[in-house]
Amino acid sequence: MSSPATETSPFIRYPGAERPARHHWVDSYGVRIAVCEWGPADGSPLFLVHGGSDFAGTFDVFAPLLAAAGWRVIAWDHRGHGDSDHAPLYSWDADVRDALSVLDAITPDAVPVIAHSKGGGMMLQLAEALPLRMAKLVVIDGLPSPDPAPDVSDHEQRRFSSKNLADWLDHRRGSAANSRKAGSLEELARRRKRMNPRLSDEWLLYLASIGARKDPDGWRWKLDPAIRMGGFGPWRPDWSLDRLKHLAIPLLGLTATVEEEMGWGTNHRALLPFLPPGARLVPFENTGHFIHIEHPNEVARLVLEFLR
Amino acid sequence: MTVFLTHNRVKLALHTLRNRPGPSLLLLHALGDHAPTETPLEFASWPGAIHALDFTGHGASTIPAGGGYTAEVLMADVDAALSMTGPATIAGRGLGAYIAVLIAGARPELVRGTILQDGAGLAGGGQQPGPIVVRGVPGRTTAPDPFALVELGSDIRPSEYVARFAELAAENSGLPTPIFVCCKARPDWLKAILATKGAAETTIEIALAECAR
Repeated sequence: MSSPATETSPFIRYPGAERPARHHWVDSYGVRIAVCEWGPADGSPLFLVHGGSDFAGTFDVFAPLLAAAGWRVIAWDHRGHGDSDHAPLYSWDADVRDALSVLDAITPDAVPVIAHSKGGGMMLQLAEALPLRMAKLVVIDGLPSPDPAPDVSDHEQRRFSSKNLADWLDHRRGSAANSRKAGSLEELARRRKRMNPRLSDEWLLYLASIGARKDPDGWRWKLDPAIRMGGFGPWRPDWSLDRLKHLAIPLLGLTATVEEEMGWGTNHRALLPFLPPGARLVPFENTGHFIHIEHPNEVARLVLEFLR
Repeated sequence: MTVFLTHNRVKLALHTLRNRPGPSLLLLHALGDHAPTETPLEFASWPGAIHALDFTGHGASTIPAGGGYTAEVLMADVDAALSMTGPATIAGRGLGAYIAVLIAGARPELVRGTILQDGAGLAGGGQQPGPIVVRGVPGRTTAPDPFALVELGSDIRPSEYVARFAELAAENSGLPTPIFVCCKARPDWLKAILATKGAAETTIEIALAECAR
């Protein structure tokens, strides 16, 4: 297996951030998925799933805390994100299928999974389809919500108007020629700050240094420019809520309490009637969508306790 | 004559079956099918040009790796074709009939009436999701793409979602009847659009005559 050509020694450092110890590729029906790992290669596998428009490097602080407890922590870039192939087609079902390809490549056994944002929705679907492949599930601000976030870009019925449809089609018409805007790492970090105003400048600069590539005219986020927030589709959020009740594996949900553009706006009280038996929900006061970045140690402590 | 259009990373084959001055007719094929090579008999009376599109993963268009099909991305395939043909009447069979309704609502200024015919993929996956299945299929390099058959044969078509497209077509196209239902089957989504003021049941002959006016 070849290795993704990712830089291994970022020149921008961030306290506690560690690049993965190992990189490899997984083939998902012809789409090349970049997989990375922290911690001992012979440890028990633990999977981390990033959210929409994000990438596995978002776990560079959180994953080492779990690896330090002995877990073999595995994450991957979704198709079109990070170092994975930019695919001709994107869909929710394809993302879930790619996830299973990654799990299949590592182990046939039931594994614990920690998923953020859209990744949480994807993993709830995978847990329902294949309950014997998932031992426990932690969802970080990604449980279903009556009004979920725009990082669910391609399958929900929200924000659906004439203008919405025309804008989306206009974007598709230009997608072959589109590229992300080039800039300095500082400019990329500033743009990201508009979506994630609670995250520190230092973290966003670090994130840009590992999530962008250097072109002759400047740095660009690696995220496929064909991927766009604010889509639409036939899926209804209440279907996800109804399905949550039937989840057959232990669930720990962490919810944010401060709204952000990328956040799911999950109101944890509204979620209570839909939780499966034994599920635990922990709201984080005065915290935004990236709970594991704002409070890595506290989240790691809760997760390690839950996985024991 | 066939031209290839670029839709993101996919090359779409747009075939011109008949080049003639006058209004354009764009044909959309059924699930697993491809564009006809000659003008189908029922469209012989059309007074203008006739084009036919191969959807992504079908006919001479690109077969993408790893699936990820949605009806919405096929709607954008049709939009790519409309960017080449200009305003056109759209006749769709099966899956193509469903996609025709979507694009009629999304590009009301470019779609000069739609004609819905029976064919594979007309029903889709129903009103709401059934048991969740994570499906992979062996890749193939010849059309039709098995991923297209699996994913587009089961995509969910809730009545209120589809009816919204018919309503947008009725509100914004300026046509008295933007959608002509000429098929026999009546899946739920079709019943739902027939309940809007955008759609009416009729024959292909009458629909063609109305659209060509």
